[in-house]
Amino acid sequence: MAAPVLDLVQQRLAPAFGEAALAHGMLVVTLPPAALLDAVRLLKAEFGFDLFLDVTAVDWPGHAQRFEVVYHFYSTQHHVRVRLKTRVAEQDPTVDSLIPLYDAARFMERECHDMYGIVFRGNADLRPILLYEGFVGHPLRKDYAKDHEQPLVPYRK
Amino acid sequence: METQLPNPVRPAFETPLHDDTVIVNIGPSHPATHGTVQIIAELDGERVLRTDVHCGYLHRGFEKECESHTWHNLIPYIDRLNYVSALINDFAYCEAVETLMGIEITPRCRYLRTLLSEYSRLVDHLTCIAAGLMELGAMTAFLYLVMIRDYMYEHIANLTGARVTYTYGRIGGLARDLPDGWLESLAGILDKYEEFLGRVHGLMDRNRIFIDRMRNVGTISTAEAINWGYTGPILRSTGVARDLRKDMPYLAYAELDFEVPVGIIGDNYDRYYVRMREMDESVHMIRQLMDMLPPGPINVDDRRCVLPEKSLVYTEIESLINHFKLVIDGPQVPAGDVYAAHESPNGELGFYLVSTGEGVPYKVHVRAPSFVHMGGVHRMLDGYQLADIVPTFGSVNMIGGECDR
Repeated sequence: MAAPVLDLVQQRLAPAFGEAALAHGMLVVTLPPAALLDAVRLLKAEFGFDLFLDVTAVDWPGHAQRFEVVYHFYSTQHHVRVRLKTRVAEQDPTVDSLIPLYDAARFMERECHDMYGIVFRGNADLRPILLYEGFVGHPLRKDYAKDHEQPLVPYRK
Repeated sequence: METQLPNPVRPAFETPLHDDTVIVNIGPSHPATHGTVQIIAELDGERVLRTDVHCGYLHRGFEKECESHTWHNLIPYIDRLNYVSALINDFAYCEAVETLMGIEITPRCRYLRTLLSEYSRLVDHLTCIAAGLMELGAMTAFLYLVMIRDYMYEHIANLTGARVTYTYGRIGGLARDLPDGWLESLAGILDKYEEFLGRVHGLMDRNRIFIDRMRNVGTISTAEAINWGYTGPILRSTGVARDLRKDMPYLAYAELDFEVPVGIIGDNYDRYYVRMREMDESVHMIRQLMDMLPPGPINVDDRRCVLPEKSLVYTEIESLINHFKLVIDGPQVPAGDVYAAHESPNGELGFYLVSTGEGVPYKVHVRAPSFVHMGGVHRMLDGYQLADIVPTFGSVNMIGGECDR
């Protein structure tokens, strides 16, 4: 059932945008940040990947492109998932926001911004969501020590 | 220590849209938002114009903490995501790790995990409906539902040793097999469940007060629900049968006979009714599974993840070393990344794991349905009455533990 769609996705996405491989039964497409929005638009319009599942990042310190931003999408027609990966450098950790395609991206991009400091171009609302205003740093980065302490909020008088 | 820190929360709007509207703050510690969540709302009289939902008050650095524990040691922590149905968290996480390790669980474990997943779903839905009804003043229905839930809690405690957070899943199996007579008492509890649920149906379904509060309140369409990432009972209440147990069957769901209940227009009443019907389907599945449960071991025979038998640990050096290695270094999970998702009572609960081939995860990310739902909950609150926030929020069933992580 699932395989034919994935084959089609692979044929369409891989040559145009990046490289594709299967990992534990899931199609993984690795592409440059500039191609992200177009690739996702294609996924949604042509292959019915209408459910934006998740966005997160993986921190690989020491790599030239330090952050790997990982997306998951689900097609409610074909019942398959696909994973997109793109890498950005620490100096400019910016990717395009997917809000034009999915409103679900609003909150999840905020979380990813909180935790890794990834900037989603086009998401105007990157206020802290799980953290709070005044939190310094991005806790899921590998160079953020687990026992690092934050400035304490003073008691109200 | 006199540095001026900003207010921990910055609202999305601070000036009212009109002269006669007012912005109020609801929460984060409000008795009707079971969970610490803050809603900043602009009101025109009693009508909600717009809302800004803030979560994160229960954030405890779950994903960061996971990166410094072995794959096994973080199971108690996984329990505390959705603490109402902890077993489903356990099984989804274990399945993700097992996929990375290339392990296929034993048939008995597979059926037992399915049975316990459905049992957990029952408990979760009971809690959600009970709390939602209580907030509308239906104390009797609340007590009926919570009473039956407590029979179940006690019964699961007989198996796992804990009432709520069980730590029962293991990579490659389960903590222990069923105690004697457990399935027989389960059958008794299910009969009781049906008796109590019948009373709740009788009290609520055609109750004029209940319908007035729930019908056409908090409505969301299918297209909008998908756009905002909704899954689970909320998506199904809009009228589409999207259920991972049917669409991408995992565990033993492919072999079971069950239906996916759907609603009509995606309002509060539909969400109530979808959950009520899903519980009946869960009971139907549990009864099938009780007959299907095969004998045999519950743990795979794989020394990479399953502890050797205690008698061998005490008598032979290889098993002793094996035991120490598994406890101190943790199971060595092959490098790679995986996304595994189960249909949790709230929707798609996904684990995205990254391993670098060590005994400690490189990254654990949880796709928590409650968090995603909080992103779109304002679509169900805006335009309705202030008093409708309570039943609508209750029907979304936000669980702070998995939302804020």
